[in-house]
Amino acid sequence: MGQTIIEKILSKHSGLTAKANDIVVAQVDFIMGQDGTSPLAIRAFENMDGKEVFDPQKVALVIDHSSPSPNDGVSALHKLMREFARSKGVHLYDIGEGVCHQVVPESGKVGPGSLVIGADSHTCTYGALNAFSTGVGSTDLAGGLVSGKMWFKVPETIKFVCQGELPQGVYSKDLILYLIGNVTADGATYKATEFTGEAISCLSMDARFTISNMAIEMGAKAGLMEADDTTFTWLDRFSDTKFEPVEADSDATYAETKEFDVSDLEPQIARPHTVDNVCPVSEVADTPVNQAVLGTCTNGRLEDLHAAASILKNRKVHPDVRFVVAPASKLIYLEAMRDGTLQTLVEAGAAVVTPGCGPCVGTHNGVPSDGENVISTANRNFKGRMGNSKAFIYLGSPVTVAASAITGKITDPRDFIK
Amino acid sequence: MIFKGTTHKFGNDVNTDYIIAGRYKFKTLDMKELAKHVMEDLDPDFYNKINAGDFIVGGSNFGCGSSREQAPLAIKHADISAVLAKSFARIFYRNAINTGLPVVECDTDLIDAGDELEVDLAGGNVINKTKGQTIPAKPLPPVMIKILNDGGLAPHFKKYGGFNL
Repeated sequence: MGQTIIEKILSKHSGLTAKANDIVVAQVDFIMGQDGTSPLAIRAFENMDGKEVFDPQKVALVIDHSSPSPNDGVSALHKLMREFARSKGVHLYDIGEGVCHQVVPESGKVGPGSLVIGADSHTCTYGALNAFSTGVGSTDLAGGLVSGKMWFKVPETIKFVCQGELPQGVYSKDLILYLIGNVTADGATYKATEFTGEAISCLSMDARFTISNMAIEMGAKAGLMEADDTTFTWLDRFSDTKFEPVEADSDATYAETKEFDVSDLEPQIARPHTVDNVCPVSEVADTPVNQAVLGTCTNGRLEDLHAAASILKNRKVHPDVRFVVAPASKLIYLEAMRDGTLQTLVEAGAAVVTPGCGPCVGTHNGVPSDGENVISTANRNFKGRMGNSKAFIYLGSPVTVAASAITGKITDPRDFIK
Repeated sequence: MIFKGTTHKFGNDVNTDYIIAGRYKFKTLDMKELAKHVMEDLDPDFYNKINAGDFIVGGSNFGCGSSREQAPLAIKHADISAVLAKSFARIFYRNAINTGLPVVECDTDLIDAGDELEVDLAGGNVINKTKGQTIPAKPLPPVMIKILNDGGLAPHFKKYGGFNL
C-alpha cells in the first residue's frame, strides 16, 4: 500500500507504518514559538514541571508579532521570552530579525523530510521545502519542549495538480487565492495538501513558500511539495545538513485529486471578510484603497519586494494612500537595501517598518481607521484582523498591491506590465 | 459531566480573531482580562450577555485561523461551559482539548439562539430542552478523552512526565 508524503514523514518519525486516521506519537526535528504564543507555552512548560528543553539546538523563539514592543504589557511578555531562552540555552530571534516563517527556513535547520511544529498557524509554510510542518497551540508547544514529541492524527491528503504556466502579471499568490476560493475556507480541514504539477515545479522557492503558507486558509494541516533542484539550490545557501527528500508513492491513496490549468488565470483578490471570498481583480477594480501593505510571512520575500519595485520604479504612491512595507527578515531587508529595491520603494512613497508581523496581525504599524479599505499581501482578511473591525481588507499579490498603491484603487497589475 | 445553559448562536467560520482579537492577545497573560473581549468584533457587548454555564454554538469551521490558545482560554474564562459546532478547525480543537474546554461536534442547525441545552459529555448527547429534541454528538477519540480526563495536556505531563497515550 503506497504512502503520501505526510504518511511517510510520520512513519519515519514514529517508528510505525502510519496510515491516514492512525494516531501516532512522533519525534519532532524542530520547534518554533513566536511572541503571541510563547509566553503561554512557557507557563504551560512550568505547569508540566518542565525543567530543561529536550534539545536547545532544535528550538527557536521569535519576537516578531509585536516587534519592537508597542507597550509595556507586550514588553513584559518579551522579557519573559528572553529570560526563558537565556536560561534554557535556546536561540532567540529578537526584534528586527524577522518573521518566524522566514527566519526558521533561513536557519537551515528545516528541510526535506523534517517534522516541525510551530506555535503559529502559518507554520505550514515549510511544506514548500518538503517538510511536514504544522501550526500548534502553546500547550502542544510546551509538550514538545519537554519531550521532543507530539501526538498526531495522520491526515488524509488532497492532491492539487496544477498544470500550465502562470501568465505574465499573475503570481503564486493569485494561484493559491484561486485554489482557496475553489475549495473554500474549510475545504481541507484536517487534511494535508500536496501541490504538484508543472505550474508548481517552475516556481521559485519564494513563490512556493507563498502557496504552502496559505494552505491553512483552506483548513489544511500541511501544504506539502516535493523537493527538486530548486529546493536544494535554495537550501545550499542556508544549510550544511543533508536532507532526504520524501516523495509520495505512485499508488498512494488520496482523499481527492483536483486538477487545474493555470494558463488563463487572472490576478485574484480575496474580498472582505473571508479568505475564500475570491474573485478576479476585474470584479473589484476601482474600489478605493486608503492603505497598501507589502510584507508578511506570505509575501515579504525578496522576490515580492522586487516585483513591487518593478512597478513602482519612477512612479509615486497615490497621495491618499499610506504604503507600509515590512521585509520578511533582516537578511531580506539588507539585500533589498544593497540592490536598491528599498530606495525605489521609499522614493515611491513607502514607509518601511521593522521586519515583523505588526501590520498583518493588527498589533501596531498600520492600523486602519473606521471605514477604510486596505489592500495587502497578507494571508488573512478577517474582520478586525488589522486592529480595526470597521476596516475592510482585500488580499492580492505584491504587484496588485503595488499597482493599487499607485492608483489609489484596486488595480489590475497587468495595466503596468504591458 | 453534564452542563446546562442557554445558547449564544453564531454562524460559520467563526475565526480566532473574532474570538479574541490580536490587539488584545499580545498584551497580557491574564485570561480573565482577555475574556472581557471575547467575540467582541462580532458582538461588542457579548461578554455582558453571558451567564455562567452558557454555551457558544457555531456552524461549520469554528475556530479557524490563528494558533492562539488564548481563543479557547478566553471562552473558558468567560464562563462558557462548552462550544458546540458542526465542525471545528484543527488547531482550535486541539487547543480546546489541551486546555480543558469541552468541544462538541453535532448538527447545530437544530439549535437556535436562546435555546436551553443539556450537554452530557460522557454520554455524547445534546438535549435541546426548548425543542424537546435529542441531538447525537460525535464521540471524542480515546486519546483526547484521556487528555481531557487528566485535566488537559499540562496535568497529563505532570502526572506521567511525558506522553502516556
